Amino acid sequence: MSEAPQRGFLRRQPTMVVGLACLGLILVTSLAAPYLHTVDPTSLRPITRLQEPAREFWFGTDQYGRDIYSRTLYGGRISLLVGVTVGLASLALGILIGLVTGYARRLAAIVMRVMDGLMAIPAILLALALMALLKASVRNVIIALVIPEIPRVVRMVRASVLSLREQTMIEAARALGAETPRILGCYILPALVAPLIVQGTYICASAMLFEAYLSFLGAGTPPEIPSWGNIMAEGRAYVQRAFWIILFPGAFLAATVLAVNLVGDGLRDLLKVK
Amino acid sequence: MLPLVLRRIMATIPVMGVVALTVFALLHLTPGDPAQLIAGDYATPQDIAKIRTTLGLDKPLLTQAGIWLSNVLRGDLGTSIYSGLPVTTLIAQRVGPTVALTLLAMVISVALAVPLGVLAAWRQGSWIDRVIMIASVSGFSMPVFWLGFLLVWVFSIWLGALPVQGYQPLAEGPWQFLRHLVLPAATLSLIYMALIARMTRASMLGVLGEDYVRTAFAKGLPPRRVLLGHALKAASLPVVTIIGVGFALLIGGAVVTESVFALPGIGRLTVDAIVRRDYPVIQGVILIVSGVYVLLNLVVDMLYVFLDPRIRY
Repeated sequence: MSEAPQRGFLRRQPTMVVGLACLGLILVTSLAAPYLHTVDPTSLRPITRLQEPAREFWFGTDQYGRDIYSRTLYGGRISLLVGVTVGLASLALGILIGLVTGYARRLAAIVMRVMDGLMAIPAILLALALMALLKASVRNVIIALVIPEIPRVVRMVRASVLSLREQTMIEAARALGAETPRILGCYILPALVAPLIVQGTYICASAMLFEAYLSFLGAGTPPEIPSWGNIMAEGRAYVQRAFWIILFPGAFLAATVLAVNLVGDGLRDLLKVK
Repeated sequence: MLPLVLRRIMATIPVMGVVALTVFALLHLTPGDPAQLIAGDYATPQDIAKIRTTLGLDKPLLTQAGIWLSNVLRGDLGTSIYSGLPVTTLIAQRVGPTVALTLLAMVISVALAVPLGVLAAWRQGSWIDRVIMIASVSGFSMPVFWLGFLLVWVFSIWLGALPVQGYQPLAEGPWQFLRHLVLPAATLSLIYMALIARMTRASMLGVLGEDYVRTAFAKGLPPRRVLLGHALKAASLPVVTIIGVGFALLIGGAVVTESVFALPGIGRLTVDAIVRRDYPVIQGVILIVSGVYVLLNLVVDMLYVFLDPRIRY
Protein backbone atom coordinates (compact mmCIF):
# COMPACT_ATOMS: atom_id res chain seq x y z
CA MET A 1 0.00 0.00 0.00
CA SER A 2 1.32 3.37 -0.91
CA GLU A 3 -0.85 5.26 1.60
CA ALA A 4 0.47 6.58 4.86
CA PRO A 5 0.24 4.01 7.67
CA GLN A 6 -2.52 5.82 9.57
CA ARG A 7 -4.87 6.12 6.64
CA GLY A 8 -4.11 2.58 5.58
CA PHE A 9 -4.95 1.29 9.03
CA LEU A 10 -8.30 3.02 9.14
CA ARG A 11 -9.21 1.69 5.76
CA ARG A 12 -8.07 -1.82 6.48
CA GLN A 13 -9.62 -2.20 9.91
CA PRO A 14 -12.61 0.11 10.13
CA THR A 15 -14.43 -1.96 12.72
CA MET A 16 -11.40 -2.17 14.97
CA VAL A 17 -10.97 1.59 14.86
CA VAL A 18 -14.62 2.04 15.74
CA GLY A 19 -14.17 -0.38 18.62
CA LEU A 20 -11.08 1.40 19.90
CA ALA A 21 -12.75 4.78 19.63
CA CYS A 22 -15.84 3.59 21.49
CA LEU A 23 -13.71 1.94 24.15
CA GLY A 24 -11.64 5.07 24.56
CA LEU A 25 -14.77 7.16 24.94
CA ILE A 26 -16.17 4.92 27.65
CA LEU A 27 -12.84 4.77 29.42
CA VAL A 28 -12.62 8.54 29.46
CA THR A 29 -16.18 9.02 30.66
CA SER A 30 -15.76 6.53 33.50
CA LEU A 31 -12.43 7.85 34.68
CA ALA A 32 -13.42 11.49 34.30
CA ALA A 33 -16.84 10.89 35.84
CA PRO A 34 -16.47 13.47 38.65
CA TYR A 35 -15.91 16.20 36.05
CA LEU A 36 -18.77 15.36 33.73
CA HIS A 37 -21.78 16.93 35.41
CA THR A 38 -22.31 14.06 37.83
CA VAL A 39 -23.45 13.94 41.42
CA ASP A 40 -22.62 11.41 44.10
CA PRO A 41 -23.94 8.16 42.65
CA THR A 42 -25.09 6.84 45.99
CA SER A 43 -26.89 9.92 47.28
CA LEU A 44 -30.59 9.35 47.84
CA ARG A 45 -33.10 12.07 47.09
CA PRO A 46 -36.54 10.48 47.37
CA ILE A 47 -38.24 13.70 46.35
CA THR A 48 -36.86 13.28 42.85
CA ARG A 49 -37.64 9.58 42.48
CA LEU A 50 -38.57 7.95 39.20
CA GLN A 51 -38.19 10.99 36.99
CA GLU A 52 -37.93 10.63 33.26
CA PRO A 53 -34.75 11.65 31.49
CA ALA A 54 -34.86 15.44 31.36
CA ARG A 55 -32.64 18.49 31.55
CA GLU A 56 -31.76 18.02 35.18
CA PHE A 57 -31.30 14.26 35.16
CA TRP A 58 -30.00 13.26 31.77
CA PHE A 59 -30.80 9.59 32.22
CA GLY A 60 -33.60 9.95 34.74
CA THR A 61 -33.68 8.84 38.34
CA ASP A 62 -34.38 5.55 40.05
CA GLN A 63 -36.75 4.66 42.85
CA TYR A 64 -34.55 6.31 45.47
CA GLY A 65 -34.01 9.48 43.50
CA ARG A 66 -30.47 8.59 42.53
CA ASP A 67 -29.25 10.06 39.26
CA ILE A 68 -28.94 7.26 36.70
CA TYR A 69 -26.49 9.25 34.61
CA SER A 70 -24.00 9.50 37.47
CA ARG A 71 -24.54 5.88 38.46
CA THR A 72 -23.95 4.75 34.92
CA LEU A 73 -20.72 6.67 34.54
CA TYR A 74 -19.36 5.52 37.88
CA GLY A 75 -20.59 2.00 37.23
CA GLY A 76 -18.36 1.89 34.20
CA ARG A 77 -15.36 1.92 36.45
CA ILE A 78 -16.33 -1.34 38.09
CA SER A 79 -17.06 -3.09 34.83
CA LEU A 80 -13.84 -1.93 33.20
CA LEU A 81 -11.85 -2.81 36.30
CA VAL A 82 -13.35 -6.28 36.50
CA GLY A 83 -12.95 -6.90 32.77
CA VAL A 84 -9.33 -5.88 32.56
CA THR A 85 -8.31 -7.57 35.81
CA VAL A 86 -10.01 -10.85 34.96
CA GLY A 87 -8.43 -10.79 31.51
CA LEU A 88 -4.93 -10.17 32.81
CA ALA A 89 -5.20 -12.55 35.75
CA SER A 90 -6.58 -15.48 33.78
CA LEU A 91 -3.91 -14.97 31.13
CA ALA A 92 -1.15 -14.83 33.73
CA LEU A 93 -2.32 -17.91 35.65
CA GLY A 94 -3.17 -19.79 32.47
CA ILE A 95 0.26 -19.11 31.00
CA LEU A 96 1.97 -20.21 34.18
CA ILE A 97 0.08 -23.48 34.48
CA GLY A 98 0.20 -24.12 30.75
CA LEU A 99 3.95 -23.65 30.50
CA VAL A 100 4.63 -25.86 33.49
CA THR A 101 2.35 -28.68 32.35
CA GLY A 102 3.87 -28.49 28.89
CA TYR A 103 7.05 -29.88 30.33
CA ALA A 104 6.15 -31.74 33.51
CA ARG A 105 4.44 -34.81 32.17
CA ARG A 106 3.24 -36.49 35.35
CA LEU A 107 1.94 -33.25 36.80
CA ALA A 108 0.29 -32.53 33.49
CA ALA A 109 -1.87 -35.65 33.60
CA ILE A 110 -3.51 -34.62 36.86
CA VAL A 111 -3.71 -30.94 36.06
CA MET A 112 -5.28 -31.48 32.65
CA ARG A 113 -7.94 -33.77 34.09
CA VAL A 114 -8.80 -31.08 36.59
CA MET A 115 -8.94 -28.54 33.77
CA ASP A 116 -11.24 -30.80 31.75
CA GLY A 117 -13.50 -31.16 34.72
CA LEU A 118 -13.60 -27.41 35.29
CA MET A 119 -14.43 -26.83 31.65
CA ALA A 120 -17.30 -29.28 31.87
CA ILE A 121 -19.10 -26.99 34.30
CA PRO A 122 -20.81 -24.09 32.53
CA ALA A 123 -18.85 -20.97 33.43
CA ILE A 124 -21.66 -19.01 34.93
CA LEU A 125 -22.74 -21.85 37.19
CA LEU A 126 -19.20 -22.21 38.45
CA ALA A 127 -18.92 -18.48 39.02
CA LEU A 128 -22.28 -18.44 40.81
CA ALA A 129 -21.28 -21.36 43.02
CA LEU A 130 -17.99 -19.67 43.89
CA MET A 131 -19.80 -16.45 44.76
CA ALA A 132 -22.11 -18.45 47.00
CA LEU A 133 -19.07 -19.39 49.04
CA LEU A 134 -17.42 -15.99 49.11
CA LYS A 135 -18.70 -12.75 50.48
CA ALA A 136 -19.87 -10.20 47.95
CA SER A 137 -17.05 -7.89 46.98
CA VAL A 138 -15.37 -6.76 43.78
CA ARG A 139 -12.27 -8.80 44.61
CA ASN A 140 -14.28 -11.99 45.06
CA VAL A 141 -16.17 -11.37 41.85
CA ILE A 142 -12.85 -11.16 40.06
CA ILE A 143 -11.72 -14.43 41.65
CA ALA A 144 -15.00 -16.14 40.79
CA LEU A 145 -14.69 -15.02 37.17
CA VAL A 146 -11.01 -15.88 36.72
CA ILE A 147 -11.29 -19.52 37.78
CA PRO A 148 -13.65 -20.65 34.98
CA GLU A 149 -11.48 -18.90 32.37
CA ILE A 150 -8.16 -20.46 33.33
CA PRO A 151 -8.69 -23.93 31.80
CA ARG A 152 -9.15 -22.62 28.27
CA VAL A 153 -5.98 -20.55 28.43
CA VAL A 154 -4.06 -23.48 29.91
CA ARG A 155 -5.23 -25.71 27.07
CA MET A 156 -4.13 -23.22 24.47
CA VAL A 157 -0.74 -22.59 26.04
CA ARG A 158 -0.05 -26.25 26.65
CA ALA A 159 -0.99 -27.20 23.08
CA SER A 160 1.42 -24.60 21.77
CA VAL A 161 4.17 -25.72 24.11
CA LEU A 162 3.73 -29.35 23.10
CA SER A 163 3.89 -28.54 19.40
CA LEU A 164 6.68 -25.98 19.58
CA ARG A 165 8.79 -28.22 21.77
CA GLU A 166 9.51 -30.58 18.92
CA GLN A 167 10.85 -27.94 16.60
CA THR A 168 14.46 -27.83 15.55
CA MET A 169 15.13 -24.46 17.05
CA ILE A 170 14.45 -25.85 20.51
CA GLU A 171 16.82 -28.70 19.85
CA ALA A 172 19.43 -26.20 18.77
CA ALA A 173 18.87 -24.11 21.86
CA ARG A 174 19.34 -27.16 24.05
CA ALA A 175 22.52 -28.00 22.24
CA LEU A 176 23.76 -24.55 23.07
CA GLY A 177 23.11 -25.29 26.75
CA ALA A 178 19.81 -23.49 27.33
CA GLU A 179 17.89 -24.60 30.38
CA THR A 180 14.14 -25.24 30.28
CA PRO A 181 13.08 -21.91 31.87
CA ARG A 182 15.10 -20.05 29.28
CA ILE A 183 13.58 -22.06 26.47
CA LEU A 184 10.11 -21.37 27.82
CA GLY A 185 10.71 -17.68 28.22
CA CYS A 186 12.74 -16.86 25.13
CA TYR A 187 11.45 -19.25 22.52
CA ILE A 188 8.00 -20.53 23.34
CA LEU A 189 6.40 -17.55 25.03
CA PRO A 190 6.99 -15.08 22.19
CA ALA A 191 5.14 -17.39 19.81
CA LEU A 192 2.14 -17.34 22.12
CA VAL A 193 1.87 -13.60 22.54
CA ALA A 194 -0.43 -12.94 19.56
CA PRO A 195 -3.09 -15.59 20.20
CA LEU A 196 -2.99 -14.86 23.92
CA ILE A 197 -3.63 -11.16 23.41
CA VAL A 198 -6.64 -11.98 21.25
CA GLN A 199 -7.92 -14.50 23.78
CA GLY A 200 -7.38 -11.94 26.51
CA THR A 201 -9.66 -9.41 24.86
CA TYR A 202 -12.41 -11.99 24.49
CA ILE A 203 -12.01 -12.97 28.16
CA CYS A 204 -12.26 -9.30 29.09
CA ALA A 205 -15.51 -8.90 27.14
CA SER A 206 -16.95 -12.07 28.61
CA ALA A 207 -15.94 -11.04 32.14
CA MET A 208 -17.74 -7.72 31.85
CA LEU A 209 -20.90 -9.50 30.77
CA PHE A 210 -20.61 -12.12 33.49
CA GLU A 211 -20.06 -9.51 36.18
CA ALA A 212 -23.32 -7.94 35.07
CA TYR A 213 -25.06 -11.32 35.14
CA LEU A 214 -23.76 -12.06 38.63
CA SER A 215 -24.77 -8.65 39.91
CA PHE A 216 -28.17 -8.95 38.25
CA LEU A 217 -28.79 -12.26 39.98
CA GLY A 218 -27.74 -10.78 43.31
CA ALA A 219 -24.49 -12.67 43.56
CA GLY A 220 -22.10 -10.06 42.25
CA THR A 221 -20.77 -6.74 43.43
CA PRO A 222 -22.33 -5.54 46.68
CA PRO A 223 -25.30 -3.20 46.24
CA GLU A 224 -23.51 -0.17 47.73
CA ILE A 225 -21.14 -0.04 44.78
CA PRO A 226 -22.90 0.97 41.57
CA SER A 227 -22.07 -1.41 38.76
CA TRP A 228 -24.03 -1.73 35.55
CA GLY A 229 -25.42 -5.08 36.60
CA ASN A 230 -26.46 -3.75 40.02
CA ILE A 231 -28.25 -0.74 38.57
CA MET A 232 -30.19 -2.96 36.19
CA ALA A 233 -31.02 -5.42 38.94
CA GLU A 234 -32.54 -2.65 41.00
CA GLY A 235 -34.48 -1.41 38.00
CA ARG A 236 -36.21 -4.75 37.48
CA ALA A 237 -39.37 -3.84 39.30
CA TYR A 238 -39.76 -0.70 37.23
CA VAL A 239 -39.67 -2.08 33.70
CA GLN A 240 -43.03 -0.57 32.96
CA ARG A 241 -42.80 2.67 34.91
CA ALA A 242 -39.18 3.65 34.57
CA PHE A 243 -37.55 1.72 31.80
CA TRP A 244 -34.63 4.15 31.66
CA ILE A 245 -33.11 2.55 34.76
CA ILE A 246 -32.42 -0.59 32.77
CA LEU A 247 -32.00 1.02 29.38
CA PHE A 248 -28.95 3.20 29.88
CA PRO A 249 -26.58 0.99 31.90
CA GLY A 250 -27.44 -1.89 29.57
CA ALA A 251 -26.75 0.21 26.50
CA PHE A 252 -23.39 1.26 27.93
CA LEU A 253 -22.52 -2.33 28.79
CA ALA A 254 -23.55 -3.57 25.35
CA ALA A 255 -21.51 -0.84 23.68
CA THR A 256 -18.44 -1.55 25.80
CA VAL A 257 -18.56 -5.31 25.28
CA LEU A 258 -19.17 -4.78 21.58
CA ALA A 259 -16.19 -2.43 21.40
CA VAL A 260 -13.92 -4.94 23.14
CA ASN A 261 -15.13 -7.75 20.86
CA LEU A 262 -14.48 -5.61 17.78
CA VAL A 263 -11.00 -4.80 19.03
CA GLY A 264 -10.41 -8.51 19.62
CA ASP A 265 -11.59 -9.36 16.12
CA GLY A 266 -9.40 -6.63 14.68
CA LEU A 267 -6.37 -7.83 16.63
CA ARG A 268 -7.03 -11.34 15.42
CA ASP A 269 -6.99 -10.19 11.80
CA LEU A 270 -4.07 -7.85 12.35
CA LEU A 271 -1.85 -10.34 14.14
CA LYS A 272 -2.90 -13.06 11.73
CA VAL A 273 -4.13 -15.39 14.42
CA LYS A 274 -6.55 -18.10 13.28
CA MET B 1 -19.62 -48.81 15.95
CA LEU B 2 -20.54 -50.06 19.38
CA PRO B 3 -17.01 -50.42 20.80
CA LEU B 4 -16.37 -46.90 19.50
CA VAL B 5 -19.36 -45.52 21.36
CA LEU B 6 -18.46 -47.42 24.50
CA ARG B 7 -14.91 -46.14 24.37
CA ARG B 8 -16.10 -42.55 24.12
CA ILE B 9 -18.49 -43.05 27.01
CA MET B 10 -15.67 -44.51 29.10
CA ALA B 11 -13.61 -41.41 28.36
CA THR B 12 -16.22 -39.18 29.94
CA ILE B 13 -16.15 -40.98 33.26
CA PRO B 14 -12.92 -39.40 34.52
CA VAL B 15 -14.25 -36.00 33.48
CA MET B 16 -17.46 -36.51 35.43
CA GLY B 17 -15.35 -37.76 38.29
CA VAL B 18 -13.44 -34.52 38.35
CA VAL B 19 -16.67 -32.55 38.13
CA ALA B 20 -18.07 -34.47 41.08
CA LEU B 21 -14.88 -33.91 43.03
CA THR B 22 -14.84 -30.21 42.19
CA VAL B 23 -18.45 -29.86 43.25
CA PHE B 24 -17.69 -31.65 46.52
CA ALA B 25 -14.53 -29.65 47.06
CA LEU B 26 -16.29 -26.33 46.44
CA LEU B 27 -17.86 -26.51 49.83
CA HIS B 28 -14.89 -27.87 51.70
CA LEU B 29 -11.81 -26.23 50.25
CA THR B 30 -12.86 -22.62 50.50
CA PRO B 31 -11.90 -20.61 53.58
CA GLY B 32 -14.29 -21.00 56.44
CA ASP B 33 -15.98 -23.79 58.22
CA PRO B 34 -18.62 -25.47 56.03
CA ALA B 35 -20.94 -25.98 58.95
CA GLN B 36 -20.74 -22.30 59.72
CA LEU B 37 -21.31 -21.37 56.08
CA ILE B 38 -24.42 -23.53 55.99
CA ALA B 39 -25.67 -22.33 59.33
CA GLY B 40 -25.45 -18.73 58.28
CA ASP B 41 -24.46 -15.55 60.02
CA TYR B 42 -26.97 -15.71 62.84
CA ALA B 43 -26.39 -19.22 64.10
CA THR B 44 -25.40 -20.07 67.66
CA PRO B 45 -22.49 -22.43 68.36
CA GLN B 46 -25.01 -25.12 69.26
CA ASP B 47 -26.72 -24.78 65.86
CA ILE B 48 -23.39 -25.06 64.12
CA ALA B 49 -22.45 -28.17 66.12
CA LYS B 50 -25.83 -29.76 65.37
CA ILE B 51 -25.45 -29.09 61.66
CA ARG B 52 -21.98 -30.51 61.76
CA THR B 53 -23.10 -33.83 63.17
CA THR B 54 -26.27 -34.07 61.09
CA LEU B 55 -24.45 -33.57 57.84
CA GLY B 56 -21.54 -35.69 58.90
CA LEU B 57 -19.09 -32.83 58.57
CA ASP B 58 -17.11 -34.00 61.59
CA LYS B 59 -15.87 -37.09 59.81
CA PRO B 60 -12.54 -37.04 57.97
CA LEU B 61 -12.64 -35.44 54.53
CA LEU B 62 -12.03 -38.62 52.56
CA THR B 63 -14.83 -40.40 54.39
CA GLN B 64 -17.19 -37.55 53.62
CA ALA B 65 -16.16 -37.63 49.96
CA GLY B 66 -16.73 -41.35 49.85
CA ILE B 67 -20.17 -41.12 51.45
CA TRP B 68 -21.21 -38.28 49.16
CA LEU B 69 -19.99 -40.07 46.07
CA SER B 70 -21.73 -43.32 46.95
CA ASN B 71 -24.93 -41.39 47.58
CA VAL B 72 -24.69 -39.68 44.23
CA LEU B 73 -24.16 -42.95 42.42
CA ARG B 74 -27.27 -44.30 44.09
CA GLY B 75 -29.20 -41.29 42.86
CA ASP B 76 -29.36 -39.47 46.18
CA LEU B 77 -28.19 -35.93 45.72
CA GLY B 78 -28.86 -34.85 49.26
CA THR B 79 -31.59 -32.82 50.85
CA SER B 80 -32.23 -29.15 50.44
CA ILE B 81 -31.44 -27.19 53.57
CA TYR B 82 -34.09 -24.61 52.81
CA SER B 83 -37.07 -26.75 51.89
CA GLY B 84 -36.14 -30.14 53.30
CA LEU B 85 -37.09 -31.80 50.01
CA PRO B 86 -34.71 -34.19 48.27
CA VAL B 87 -32.63 -32.38 45.70
CA THR B 88 -33.64 -34.85 42.99
CA THR B 89 -37.31 -34.04 43.60
CA LEU B 90 -36.64 -30.32 43.34
CA ILE B 91 -34.73 -30.74 40.11
CA ALA B 92 -37.37 -33.02 38.63
CA GLN B 93 -40.04 -30.43 39.40
CA ARG B 94 -38.18 -27.67 37.66
CA VAL B 95 -36.65 -29.45 34.73
CA GLY B 96 -39.63 -28.99 32.38
CA PRO B 97 -39.48 -25.24 31.75
CA THR B 98 -35.71 -25.23 31.41
CA VAL B 99 -35.68 -28.06 28.89
CA ALA B 100 -38.49 -26.43 26.92
CA LEU B 101 -36.75 -23.07 26.89
CA THR B 102 -33.35 -24.46 25.98
CA LEU B 103 -34.61 -26.77 23.27
CA LEU B 104 -36.75 -24.07 21.68
CA ALA B 105 -33.85 -21.63 21.77
CA MET B 106 -31.49 -24.19 20.24
CA VAL B 107 -33.93 -25.05 17.45
CA ILE B 108 -34.56 -21.40 16.62
CA SER B 109 -30.85 -20.58 16.74
CA VAL B 110 -29.64 -23.39 14.53
CA ALA B 111 -32.53 -23.03 12.08
CA LEU B 112 -31.84 -19.33 11.58
CA ALA B 113 -28.12 -18.99 12.15
CA VAL B 114 -26.80 -21.69 9.84
CA PRO B 115 -28.57 -20.34 6.73
CA LEU B 116 -27.52 -16.81 7.65
CA GLY B 117 -23.93 -17.90 8.05
CA VAL B 118 -24.00 -19.70 4.72
CA LEU B 119 -25.51 -16.63 3.10
CA ALA B 120 -22.87 -14.37 4.61
CA ALA B 121 -20.08 -16.60 3.37
CA TRP B 122 -21.65 -16.96 -0.07
CA ARG B 123 -21.98 -13.22 -0.44
CA GLN B 124 -18.75 -12.35 1.31
CA GLY B 125 -17.94 -8.65 1.38
CA SER B 126 -21.42 -7.58 0.32
CA TRP B 127 -23.73 -5.52 2.49
CA ILE B 128 -25.64 -8.66 3.47
CA ASP B 129 -22.46 -10.16 4.82
CA ARG B 130 -21.61 -7.01 6.71
CA VAL B 131 -25.07 -6.65 8.20
CA ILE B 132 -25.16 -10.26 9.32
CA MET B 133 -21.71 -10.05 10.86
CA ILE B 134 -22.37 -6.80 12.67
CA ALA B 135 -25.68 -8.15 13.94
CA SER B 136 -23.82 -11.24 15.14
CA VAL B 137 -21.18 -9.38 17.07
CA SER B 138 -23.81 -7.10 18.54
CA GLY B 139 -26.01 -9.99 19.56
CA PHE B 140 -23.07 -11.68 21.14
CA SER B 141 -22.14 -8.57 23.11
CA MET B 142 -25.51 -7.72 24.57
CA PRO B 143 -26.37 -8.72 28.12
CA VAL B 144 -29.06 -11.38 27.92
CA PHE B 145 -31.33 -9.85 30.51
CA TRP B 146 -31.11 -6.39 28.95
CA LEU B 147 -32.20 -7.84 25.66
CA GLY B 148 -34.94 -9.69 27.46
CA PHE B 149 -36.24 -6.55 29.10
CA LEU B 150 -36.08 -4.70 25.79
CA LEU B 151 -38.19 -7.39 24.13
CA VAL B 152 -40.59 -7.39 27.06
CA TRP B 153 -40.96 -3.64 26.78
CA VAL B 154 -41.60 -3.73 23.06
CA PHE B 155 -43.80 -6.80 22.82
CA SER B 156 -45.53 -7.00 26.15
CA ILE B 157 -45.83 -3.47 27.43
CA TRP B 158 -45.94 -1.40 24.30
CA LEU B 159 -47.64 -3.79 21.90
CA GLY B 160 -49.35 -5.91 24.52
CA ALA B 161 -49.07 -8.94 22.27
CA LEU B 162 -47.24 -11.37 24.51
CA PRO B 163 -47.34 -12.11 28.24
CA VAL B 164 -44.71 -10.47 30.37
CA GLN B 165 -43.74 -13.42 32.49
CA GLY B 166 -44.66 -16.86 33.58
CA TYR B 167 -44.79 -20.31 32.17
CA GLN B 168 -47.59 -22.58 31.00
CA PRO B 169 -46.78 -26.26 30.76
CA LEU B 170 -47.41 -27.98 27.44
CA ALA B 171 -50.11 -30.11 29.00
CA GLU B 172 -52.33 -27.07 29.40
CA GLY B 173 -52.42 -26.14 25.77
CA PRO B 174 -49.72 -25.66 23.15
CA TRP B 175 -50.76 -22.12 22.17
CA GLN B 176 -50.32 -20.67 25.67
CA PHE B 177 -47.20 -22.75 26.09
CA LEU B 178 -45.66 -21.13 23.04
CA ARG B 179 -46.88 -17.64 23.83
CA HIS B 180 -45.14 -17.69 27.17
CA LEU B 181 -41.98 -19.18 25.77
CA VAL B 182 -41.53 -17.07 22.64
CA LEU B 183 -39.90 -14.04 24.25
CA PRO B 184 -37.52 -15.96 26.54
CA ALA B 185 -36.54 -18.32 23.75
CA ALA B 186 -36.01 -15.44 21.32
CA THR B 187 -33.83 -13.63 23.84
CA LEU B 188 -31.72 -16.66 24.50
CA SER B 189 -31.44 -17.70 20.90
CA LEU B 190 -30.13 -14.32 19.73
CA ILE B 191 -26.93 -14.91 21.65
CA TYR B 192 -26.55 -18.49 20.51
CA MET B 193 -27.38 -17.49 16.94
CA ALA B 194 -24.59 -14.96 16.88
CA LEU B 195 -22.03 -17.60 17.83
CA ILE B 196 -23.29 -20.15 15.33
CA ALA B 197 -23.62 -17.69 12.45
CA ARG B 198 -20.07 -16.47 12.93
CA MET B 199 -18.65 -19.97 13.03
CA THR B 200 -20.73 -21.11 10.06
CA ARG B 201 -19.52 -18.18 8.01
CA ALA B 202 -15.87 -18.70 8.93
CA SER B 203 -16.03 -22.40 8.22
CA MET B 204 -17.92 -21.97 4.94
CA LEU B 205 -15.40 -19.37 3.78
CA GLY B 206 -12.68 -21.91 4.28
CA VAL B 207 -14.55 -24.57 2.34
CA LEU B 208 -15.71 -22.31 -0.50
CA GLY B 209 -12.11 -21.65 -1.39
CA GLU B 210 -11.42 -25.32 -1.97
CA ASP B 211 -10.86 -26.73 -5.42
CA TYR B 212 -13.68 -29.23 -5.35
CA VAL B 213 -16.18 -26.45 -4.78
CA ARG B 214 -14.83 -24.63 -7.81
CA THR B 215 -15.19 -27.85 -9.79
CA ALA B 216 -18.77 -28.25 -8.64
CA PHE B 217 -19.64 -24.77 -9.86
CA ALA B 218 -17.75 -25.36 -13.10
CA LYS B 219 -19.75 -28.51 -13.65
CA GLY B 220 -22.81 -26.31 -13.73
CA LEU B 221 -24.42 -27.42 -10.52
CA PRO B 222 -26.95 -24.92 -9.18
CA PRO B 223 -25.52 -22.80 -6.32
CA ARG B 224 -27.98 -24.17 -3.81
CA ARG B 225 -26.83 -27.71 -4.44
CA VAL B 226 -23.18 -26.79 -4.18
CA LEU B 227 -23.64 -24.74 -1.02
CA LEU B 228 -25.94 -27.06 0.84
CA GLY B 229 -25.07 -30.43 -0.59
CA HIS B 230 -21.32 -30.20 -0.76
CA ALA B 231 -19.89 -27.20 1.01
CA LEU B 232 -22.08 -27.20 4.08
CA LYS B 233 -21.42 -30.83 4.79
CA ALA B 234 -17.69 -30.23 4.64
CA ALA B 235 -17.97 -27.09 6.76
CA SER B 236 -20.28 -28.58 9.33
CA LEU B 237 -17.68 -29.94 11.72
CA PRO B 238 -16.68 -26.71 13.46
CA VAL B 239 -20.31 -25.61 13.43
CA VAL B 240 -21.45 -28.74 15.22
CA THR B 241 -18.56 -28.30 17.65
CA ILE B 242 -19.60 -24.78 18.49
CA ILE B 243 -23.20 -25.89 18.96
CA GLY B 244 -21.96 -28.34 21.55
CA VAL B 245 -19.52 -26.03 23.25
CA GLY B 246 -21.84 -23.05 23.11
CA PHE B 247 -24.42 -25.04 25.00
CA ALA B 248 -22.68 -23.95 28.19
CA LEU B 249 -23.39 -20.34 27.24
CA LEU B 250 -26.97 -21.33 26.54
CA ILE B 251 -27.34 -22.76 30.03
CA GLY B 252 -25.82 -19.65 31.55
CA GLY B 253 -28.19 -17.55 29.51
CA ALA B 254 -31.08 -19.75 30.56
CA VAL B 255 -30.29 -19.11 34.22
CA VAL B 256 -30.51 -15.37 33.67
CA THR B 257 -33.47 -15.52 31.27
CA GLU B 258 -35.52 -17.58 33.70
CA SER B 259 -34.89 -14.90 36.26
CA VAL B 260 -36.08 -12.18 33.90
CA PHE B 261 -39.22 -13.96 32.73
CA ALA B 262 -40.03 -15.70 36.02
CA LEU B 263 -39.92 -19.18 34.55
CA PRO B 264 -39.93 -21.81 37.30
CA GLY B 265 -36.98 -23.71 35.94
CA ILE B 266 -33.63 -25.01 37.11
CA GLY B 267 -32.00 -21.62 36.60
CA ARG B 268 -34.34 -20.05 39.12
CA LEU B 269 -33.75 -22.97 41.44
CA THR B 270 -30.02 -22.38 41.28
CA VAL B 271 -30.25 -18.65 41.84
CA ASP B 272 -32.55 -19.09 44.81
CA ALA B 273 -30.20 -21.74 46.20
CA ILE B 274 -27.21 -19.42 45.78
CA VAL B 275 -28.91 -16.59 47.58
CA ARG B 276 -30.01 -18.91 50.39
CA ARG B 277 -26.67 -20.70 50.52
CA ASP B 278 -28.47 -24.02 49.99
CA TYR B 279 -25.37 -26.04 49.18
CA PRO B 280 -26.86 -29.48 48.50
CA VAL B 281 -29.07 -27.95 45.81
CA ILE B 282 -26.15 -26.03 44.30
CA GLN B 283 -24.04 -29.17 44.22
CA GLY B 284 -26.83 -31.27 42.76
CA VAL B 285 -27.68 -28.80 40.02
CA ILE B 286 -24.07 -28.32 38.97
CA LEU B 287 -23.58 -32.07 38.83
CA ILE B 288 -26.66 -32.67 36.71
CA VAL B 289 -26.12 -29.73 34.37
CA SER B 290 -22.46 -30.59 33.84
CA GLY B 291 -23.48 -34.16 33.17
CA VAL B 292 -25.91 -33.03 30.49
CA TYR B 293 -23.23 -30.80 28.97
CA VAL B 294 -20.73 -33.64 28.87
CA LEU B 295 -23.35 -35.93 27.36
CA LEU B 296 -24.21 -33.38 24.69
CA ASN B 297 -20.58 -33.03 23.71
CA LEU B 298 -20.33 -36.78 23.61
CA VAL B 299 -23.21 -36.83 21.10
CA VAL B 300 -21.40 -34.13 19.12
CA ASP B 301 -18.28 -36.28 19.07
CA MET B 302 -20.33 -39.20 17.80
CA LEU B 303 -21.82 -37.00 15.09
CA TYR B 304 -18.32 -36.30 13.77
CA VAL B 305 -18.07 -39.87 12.57
CA PHE B 306 -21.19 -39.42 10.47
CA LEU B 307 -20.23 -36.03 9.16
CA ASP B 308 -16.67 -36.79 8.23
CA PRO B 309 -16.07 -40.39 7.18
CA ARG B 310 -12.33 -39.88 7.47
CA ILE B 311 -12.54 -39.71 11.25
CA ARG B 312 -11.86 -42.92 13.10
CA TYR B 313 -11.34 -43.04 16.81
